[in-house]
Amino acid sequence: MRLKCPLCGERDRREFYYVGDAVALARPDPDAGISAWDDYVHNRDNPAGITRDLWQHEAGCAAWVVVTRNTVSHEVLDTALASDVKRAMS
Amino acid sequence: MRFSGLRILKEGLTGNKGWGAHWRDPDPKSDYDAIIIGGGGHGLSTAYYLAKNHGLTNIAVLEKGYVGGGNVGRNTTIVRANYFLNGNSEFYSHSLKLWEGLEKDLNYNIMHSQRGLINLFHSDGQRDAFVRRGNAMVNQGDDAILLDREGVRKHLPYLDFDNVRFPIYGGLLHPRGGTARHDAVAWGFARGADMRGVDIIQNCEVTGIDIENGAVIGVQTTRGAIKAKKIGMTVAGRSGQIAAMAGMRLPIESHVLQAFVTEGLKPVIDHVISFGMGHFYISQSDKGGLVFGGDLDFYASYASRGNLPMKEHVMEAGMTLMPMIGEAKVLRSWGGIMDMTPDGSPIIDKSPVEGLYINAGWCYGGFKAVPGSGSVFSHLIATDQHHSEATGFKLDRFRTGVGIIDEEGTGSQHNLH
Repeated sequence: MRLKCPLCGERDRREFYYVGDAVALARPDPDAGISAWDDYVHNRDNPAGITRDLWQHEAGCAAWVVVTRNTVSHEVLDTALASDVKRAMS
Repeated sequence: MRFSGLRILKEGLTGNKGWGAHWRDPDPKSDYDAIIIGGGGHGLSTAYYLAKNHGLTNIAVLEKGYVGGGNVGRNTTIVRANYFLNGNSEFYSHSLKLWEGLEKDLNYNIMHSQRGLINLFHSDGQRDAFVRRGNAMVNQGDDAILLDREGVRKHLPYLDFDNVRFPIYGGLLHPRGGTARHDAVAWGFARGADMRGVDIIQNCEVTGIDIENGAVIGVQTTRGAIKAKKIGMTVAGRSGQIAAMAGMRLPIESHVLQAFVTEGLKPVIDHVISFGMGHFYISQSDKGGLVFGGDLDFYASYASRGNLPMKEHVMEAGMTLMPMIGEAKVLRSWGGIMDMTPDGSPIIDKSPVEGLYINAGWCYGGFKAVPGSGSVFSHLIATDQHHSEATGFKLDRFRTGVGIIDEEGTGSQHNLH
């Protein structure tokens, strides 16, 4: 699998560190309560299909990248800078 | 039909006409006392022990494909009880004891071979850690023998002992560890459950879970609705999907783990060897193929196949450990879908929905747990009490932080195991 870093272009998957589901884009408030935080830290939708996860271009520009991809086919549909995605959400 | 040497002789002399199907192929009934979702190793052994230990025989195992077609037929067949932490330790010990009596119990040749498992170490610090693990295993009542460098050489003379990066200092030998024929384990449990009256229904995919007033009342399937007040889910790899049907999200991320097999070779590797520093382990099947694997591809996937970087890594580790392996030709590789939990240990517990029981999160260690898991999960389903050897696999341990079973000591967090 190759991932397209929004800053550096298409690179080998080995240049990236996988963090997991892009839940960090919607971090609960510190006082949101145990159940909200349990959900955020542990529970996952874990879809067989389209998912969004968070990668870091660790061996490149160190940017945080939101990757939209298919967990069944490994097809990568979209990559975007996490900061841009976050800004678009607010 | 019981299998025996005499029977083989008789069938051989009479044209092998007396062998029949090992289990029936029934249509689903409209209701059962209990339904097990998933006809893999864990589901079939759960059904078997429900019937054998708890007298529950009006039960169905629903399998979306065919028996033995999921992860129970896609693993590297290793059976061991070399865990360190309470929670895991007594459970895998329980499971190994069941393995040791399984062929007699099932009247089925599962080719269980206790050929010994050796975990290698490469530094003084790692030796200390293995001494500690070995003591934990002995305290649990299992077997562990610390081998020094020469001790390892006696068993495994073909390793590269003087590798510059990972010189071999010794190993922890677990003599009762070994392998078993994975398909036969599924078939043996299917036959054993079927003989006790369990309906094994293949090509029957669960498409919904019916819940009324917070309790399960049945399932929707591709072969119609089936009612039951108790439903056990044993679908590791796909647990997230079944949980979603019951409105739950689980602390599970599905990852792909690859395995490889070479062409058939004459006997060369007599043990199971684990080279933890290279994330590499290997054994030789009775057919002659070298069966080996490594670590996860390390990103969420349901693809049942892996990617080239991990293949390369595994091959490099194999060459580092035993350069002779370079002569062998890889025949095929495949991937299995793993239910990865944050702490790397499984979940066997009741769910928030009454009558729905969860058996999930087996990470990359489900095969050796097959008999143990069925034994303790059937106990939970039948009695609503945790089995004494499986009290630690609680669903809420992540939320509370109490009783985390982090065997690797890397932290209880997704993507670390």
